[in-house]
Amino acid sequence: MANKIPRVPVREQDPKVRARNFEEVSYGYNKEEAMLEASRCLNCKKPLCVTGCPVNIQIPDFITRVAEGDFDAAAAVIAKDNSLPAVCGRVCPQETQCEGKCVLGIKGEPVAIGKLERFVADYQYSKKEGATMPEIAAPNGHKVAVIGSGPAGLACASDLAKWGYKVHVFEALHKAGGVLVYGIPEFRLPKDKVLQKEIDEVTKLGVTIETDVIIGRTTDIDTLIDKEGYEAVFVGTGAGLPRFMNIPGENLNGVFSANEFLTRNNLMKAFDPEYMTPIRAGKKACIVGGGNVAMDAARTALRLGADSTIVYRRSEEELPARKEEVHHAKEEGIHFELLTNPVEILGDENGCVKGMKCIRMKLGEPDESGRCRPVEIPGSEFVIDCDTVIMSIGTSPNPLIATTTRGLESNKRGCIVADEHGATTREEIFAGGDAVTGAATVILAMGAGRKAAKAIDEYIKSK
Amino acid sequence: MFEILEKTMLNPTIAKIVIKAPRIAKAALPGQFLIIRDDEQGERIPLTISDSDPVKGTVTVVIQLIGASSHKMVEQFEAGDSYANVVGPLGNPSDFVHMSPEELKEHRYVFIAGGLGTAPVYPQAKWLYEHGVAVDVIIGARMKELLIYTEELASVCDNLYLCTDDGSVGFKGVGTAKLEALAAEGKKYTRCVAIGPMIMMKFASLTCQKLNIPIMVSMNSLMVDGTGMCGACRVSVGGQTKFSCVDGPEFDGALIDWDEAMRRSRQYQPEEAASMERYGK
Repeated sequence: MANKIPRVPVREQDPKVRARNFEEVSYGYNKEEAMLEASRCLNCKKPLCVTGCPVNIQIPDFITRVAEGDFDAAAAVIAKDNSLPAVCGRVCPQETQCEGKCVLGIKGEPVAIGKLERFVADYQYSKKEGATMPEIAAPNGHKVAVIGSGPAGLACASDLAKWGYKVHVFEALHKAGGVLVYGIPEFRLPKDKVLQKEIDEVTKLGVTIETDVIIGRTTDIDTLIDKEGYEAVFVGTGAGLPRFMNIPGENLNGVFSANEFLTRNNLMKAFDPEYMTPIRAGKKACIVGGGNVAMDAARTALRLGADSTIVYRRSEEELPARKEEVHHAKEEGIHFELLTNPVEILGDENGCVKGMKCIRMKLGEPDESGRCRPVEIPGSEFVIDCDTVIMSIGTSPNPLIATTTRGLESNKRGCIVADEHGATTREEIFAGGDAVTGAATVILAMGAGRKAAKAIDEYIKSK
Repeated sequence: MFEILEKTMLNPTIAKIVIKAPRIAKAALPGQFLIIRDDEQGERIPLTISDSDPVKGTVTVVIQLIGASSHKMVEQFEAGDSYANVVGPLGNPSDFVHMSPEELKEHRYVFIAGGLGTAPVYPQAKWLYEHGVAVDVIIGARMKELLIYTEELASVCDNLYLCTDDGSVGFKGVGTAKLEALAAEGKKYTRCVAIGPMIMMKFASLTCQKLNIPIMVSMNSLMVDGTGMCGACRVSVGGQTKFSCVDGPEFDGALIDWDEAMRRSRQYQPEEAASMERYGK
């Protein structure tokens, strides 16, 4: 019974090489590796992995098909619950979700569920005849609008389209994908090779995506409902506004939000000299924060030629970033100044960043988040020389939708008030993802999008 | 894709471009801006709306040839071609669109327009003029040949004052000097709106503070998305950090940290110079 096969390692680009390019870090499994890894699954009677997945993919079922070499069947199993498997296989925090619950993980290494999901999706897109289409119900004549083409919106739109709804997605930027396109870098999620293909699959279901429309400016939700004939609206507008620390020197030249830095690089492709948008990582960049976005910004700055340092106020244990991202960052040569917090950004006579004054921290009592509260160590101030500072300390939802929609309530943090099914204070408006919870993960947003799709279906059918 | 219906050079470095964008044309109000990305490789360029026609479904912007992107947008696109993306209207409309008719009646507006900023004064002056508000407009340029939008503005204001640095037409001197001269003549204004280069808006703000006229300015900060996401357009207003794109673009000129704003507008100067070199200028 005991599983003798060790977890199949995934091949990756050499850290020294990849620190200078934007190609994907992980190559993923090939057929043989995937089948071998899949054979490790115990096919538990009560699969805990499924309960750990926010969209409840039937994990043992798809893994069994992979082990048998029936990759199309595996893809069909995943497609029932997840419209973005190539994305989720790459960016989900599997270690705290499906893989975190895997029984094999108790005594050894869990099954590499994420890598297998990625393999199944990539295999589909690599086929000449294209991916196998899921079943789509006959058109039911109902129109639903989805605001935002990020993970929440795409998941909601996919389900509704499969059930026969006519779904129109409105996207403010010029490309669909939301945070997947502006936030997550090419080296973690290739845009043309992976993301675009996955979004194409969503449009093949009959979903229309209209870019360059800012709901709340170009038009608004009330107009969509009152004049354009939409029976329900799903708001999946994410958490797009960057936070700053409000310390002196934050408006010096050379201080950027991670959003600005990553949007220039990812959405606007500033790393490619063919593209016109400028970007500056400088010679020595400090990235403030410890989440996945901070890792992405630090590794992007490194690839643009900067010596790159993460400055985080707690210890390594508390880094909110995925372990794999921290590991990759370290391999590539990112420095970590832990238990360190900026107190002031210092500028030269031209108003450009020349350093960052920091203070050392120690961990105190746990706070309401359960993590130890960082406390300043008096007199421990010191200066880190740098010419670029990238603030990556979180984001909050854009208030535009809430302020331009009649009767749609939001809370003090600017998040739209919605229940677990996505129902808001307006009966025909549903919401989910970061717009409701504040910044979280891709897969949680997708889960919220799917729940809202179900609630929208029930609402329209009950009318 | 957004079709270019008309392209006219207003002077050697300023082009007027009329674009088919029905949704934006229907929603646009004075003071708002839009963002154009000309093609796949293009930057997202914020431009204040200079006119909109909800019936024809068109919006008008003026573009000054400054960097590689603006050169490319103007030189490589003709009427009949299309820009890849046009999005808007962005930002808040000018505050007067929310004023009651009674409140509007109380006001005497003076606009100070400089260079490229002359064009976006037009929809504001037009709106006020059509709402029966007294409007004077001062336009400044280095010389006669560089003045733009004079005819359009003449049709939507009570008095139009032209100013040139060299005196080739109208008042010899800058727009703010003209405003001081008008004030000295006894002209009374209750509100000023200045749109133009930052240095001009800074001095207009100083002059208005001296003359005790409340002043609004339209900030043309650097930005990427224009929806509040990037924070590149941070501007200090009354000691608080605001985003031009979502909190503005119009702010009380007396409260702006102008030196910081001007420094921040030069943030990507070395990169822009390199880009110009690649573009072959």
